[in-house]
Amino acid sequence: MTVPLLAVSHLNAVVGRAGNAPVLRDVSLTIARGEVHGLVGESGAGKSTIAKAILGILPHGIRITGGSIALEGEDLLTFDAVTLRQKLGPAVSLIPQDPQTALNPGRRIEAQLTDGLRLWKGMSAKDAHARALQLLEEVQMREPARVMRSFPHELSGGMRQRVLIAAAFALEPKLVIADEPTTALDVTVQKQILRLIRSMQERHGTGVVFVTHDLGVVAQICDRATLLYMGKVMEQGNVSDLLNKPRHAYTKALMEACPRYDQPGRGLAPVPEEVFAACRAEIAAFDQAGAGHG
Amino acid sequence: MAEIATAAPVPAAPPSRLAKTLRALVAQPKVIWGGGFILFLLLLALAAPFIAPHDPLAQDLMAGTLPPVGFAEHDAAYLLGTDDLGRDVLSRLIYGTRIALTVAVIAAVLAALVGTILGLLAGYYGGIVDTVVSRLIEIWMAFPPVLLSILVVAIMGSGVTSVIAAIAIIDWTRFARVVRAETMAQAQADYVTAARTLGFGRLAILFREILPNVAPVLLALLTLEMGIAVIVEAILSFVGLSVSSDTPTWGGMIAQGRQIIYQAWWVFAAPLAALFATVLAFNQLGDGLRRALDPVMQR
Repeated sequence: MTVPLLAVSHLNAVVGRAGNAPVLRDVSLTIARGEVHGLVGESGAGKSTIAKAILGILPHGIRITGGSIALEGEDLLTFDAVTLRQKLGPAVSLIPQDPQTALNPGRRIEAQLTDGLRLWKGMSAKDAHARALQLLEEVQMREPARVMRSFPHELSGGMRQRVLIAAAFALEPKLVIADEPTTALDVTVQKQILRLIRSMQERHGTGVVFVTHDLGVVAQICDRATLLYMGKVMEQGNVSDLLNKPRHAYTKALMEACPRYDQPGRGLAPVPEEVFAACRAEIAAFDQAGAGHG
Repeated sequence: MAEIATAAPVPAAPPSRLAKTLRALVAQPKVIWGGGFILFLLLLALAAPFIAPHDPLAQDLMAGTLPPVGFAEHDAAYLLGTDDLGRDVLSRLIYGTRIALTVAVIAAVLAALVGTILGLLAGYYGGIVDTVVSRLIEIWMAFPPVLLSILVVAIMGSGVTSVIAAIAIIDWTRFARVVRAETMAQAQADYVTAARTLGFGRLAILFREILPNVAPVLLALLTLEMGIAVIVEAILSFVGLSVSSDTPTWGGMIAQGRQIIYQAWWVFAAPLAALFATVLAFNQLGDGLRRALDPVMQR
């Protein structure tokens, strides 16, 4: 029995004081080495909260009230801020949502790509430069030498996202957290970026947490997925099972809501009100049970 | 709109950073003439003993209140005329640039240093640090600046040093306010989060990530502040709180010229024009620099 790369178990979180309405309800999930795990849900479902909790960058208002996040068996929640950065810095990286703001507008790409290399690998400026150039080639950037000298505003959205992917994989992390990396991009670019993340992940054997609200994206890139509603896991499993044999009514309804290009006439059905009602009832029952125990 | 030049967009070789920055600077007409004028003043200040046609302190009561060249009863030896003591206005003007520029540069840099550090810390750390700095700024700004500077000069005694200190002590709030607001905006951006996840400490993020983005605004503010410092120095000279009267300053000349404005308007007008042109040049330079150096505003 090997220790999973990442094990989130029974994670609970609230906004503000303990006792407030939870934003995460007993979330558990595991990610194996080299696995791409989708975190799916509508806005407010808690998918980004989980991603931020793993990275230790939760906004001030949100508090974790229980559970653990273990990276290779070490519970991240027990570390103080400095130790956490020591552990996470080289091991877990982030591909942010919006390539417009995720790159520093006032610094050149070269400086931003070499930051991590110099901090964690102790590379000289020259070595870091060479490695950064290599990374840009690896993400299939055209004219990498020119890109290195550019400021972010001189690049297109897709190019910026490629830079961010290069930066995310620069330190050979064990886990990459992709927080809706394709939402801000054009559909055609989206597909290239997905392929790129998948190929980088396969080549480096990296585990990926892929946060998205798009089941189509999940089908394309993920091995396994966790479906969330209001901070509670609704369904979890292999993507093929999840999409072909959904067990939960919510998953089924979401599948019906997904546009199907292969089957015209199907899809785009709004999620029926009963399904939402059922989900909410399930969550209310869960909260009741929790209150009874605690 | 002659300055909108459409140069050939295909560079033969990728230009170096320095070349690119220089090109951006040269492309700004405001930088050219604003900076050119400041450079000219700098030259005047440095070479004043060689350029000035007369000793700025030499009095010649027989040649008092002579008008500038071109007016009736002028003396060709005194290009801009003389004051009531027969001192050459042009020479005094040239020597006046020394005090004006010294004060402008040093005071503005000091004010920027203090204001930027406090603004960065307040904007990034927030909480109690921000509260303390913000209240300090508010209290500071509620205090009449002239009174504050008179207080500083009264405590430190008159002289260039106290004028510089007074300006830095009064005007750091300008920098602190702007830098604080800018830092707060930048601290929200995802790249700060990205740097945090990468494991950079707070100070490293503040100075490596945020400061470069605040720098263009800071630079513009700095040059504007130099213009303001020139005026403040003139005001302090005008009320007699700056350097002693045996050092020619523009403010002192204005004060002196005011008393004889009906007999010799040029004693008043010449330093006023110099002051006006200098402040304008600093402002234009600041605006041009901001446009040229802000990577987002570059095309």
